[in-house]
Amino acid sequence: MGFVALAVVAGVHRTAFAATVSDEDVQAIASQLRCVVCQNLSVADSPSEMAHQMRALIRERLAAGDRPAEVMTYFVQRYGDWVLLAPPARGLNLVLWLAPFGAVVGGLVLVLTLVRRWRQAPIAPSPATAPVVGAAERERLAAELERLRD
Amino acid sequence: MKLRLRWLIPLAALPVVGLLAYGFRTDPRAVPSPLVGRPAPAFTLTTFDGKPVSLESQRGKVVVLNFWASWCYPACYEEAPALEAGWRQFQSKDVVVLGVAIQDKEPASLNFIQRFGLTFPNAPDPAGKVSIDYGVYGVPETFVIDRKGVIRQKHVGGVTDTVFRESVEPLLAEKASTGGA
Repeated sequence: MGFVALAVVAGVHRTAFAATVSDEDVQAIASQLRCVVCQNLSVADSPSEMAHQMRALIRERLAAGDRPAEVMTYFVQRYGDWVLLAPPARGLNLVLWLAPFGAVVGGLVLVLTLVRRWRQAPIAPSPATAPVVGAAERERLAAELERLRD
Repeated sequence: MKLRLRWLIPLAALPVVGLLAYGFRTDPRAVPSPLVGRPAPAFTLTTFDGKPVSLESQRGKVVVLNFWASWCYPACYEEAPALEAGWRQFQSKDVVVLGVAIQDKEPASLNFIQRFGLTFPNAPDPAGKVSIDYGVYGVPETFVIDRKGVIRQKHVGGVTDTVFRESVEPLLAEKASTGGA
């Protein structure tokens, strides 16, 4: 008797759980999936009928007890990694994930190298390129200074 | 040092140019299906004239599963006569052509069927479940399923008689059972 009651409660609980798949849970998965009929839109953001059907399917699978990861796998098995907005970090995709860090490191190395080279270079201009102050300039400079003093 | 830097810039640009050259040659819409070589997902649909049609019931035959829509112009309009011709030609040779109308309104679908005089079974996919199960991302898309129920080819775009000749006909020579003769 107690067992039956427990089973009934469990059954009720299961349906109650199924009914409470929140919009947030559906959106969380949908936002990680590429809308297959759009350009650069997620299933969560697309107003297309296909995306609408996919959101309904996500809800249905969650209600049936699938975990979010299992729902994602369901779509990947049918559409391939292409359906994921964030490509998985393995294989050739690693280039995508590592290239930005590589670029930052490369940029830092470049800046450091240049700064070091500038430091080593003589600060004073070499005599060959130094402007020659002629007699005319010297005369004018003296005149200007004289005027300032007044 | 200066000489090295002078070579470094074009050398760094080379892989980028290579990647772009590769990227611009590929069709961004062509997505390889992970389903080719796998068992075709099972389904049961109800045709527009109310008859149930399942993939299971076609086991042993070569199935040409075509996803279409009446709003898919011109590709679906171009392939419809080819599908009907293929169905008429190969019907007696164990080939089944099966049409699934996706994201379509029923009157529009029926109009389309009537316009082209399609005689092979056609069914709507109201919730899009079958099309999502097959990883369909556009119309028309066509799957060629062998006698054992394995997806052998996915054809994106309009079907022509070449598809029947090159993808369907060779499968007819295969045995249905895995054990062989």
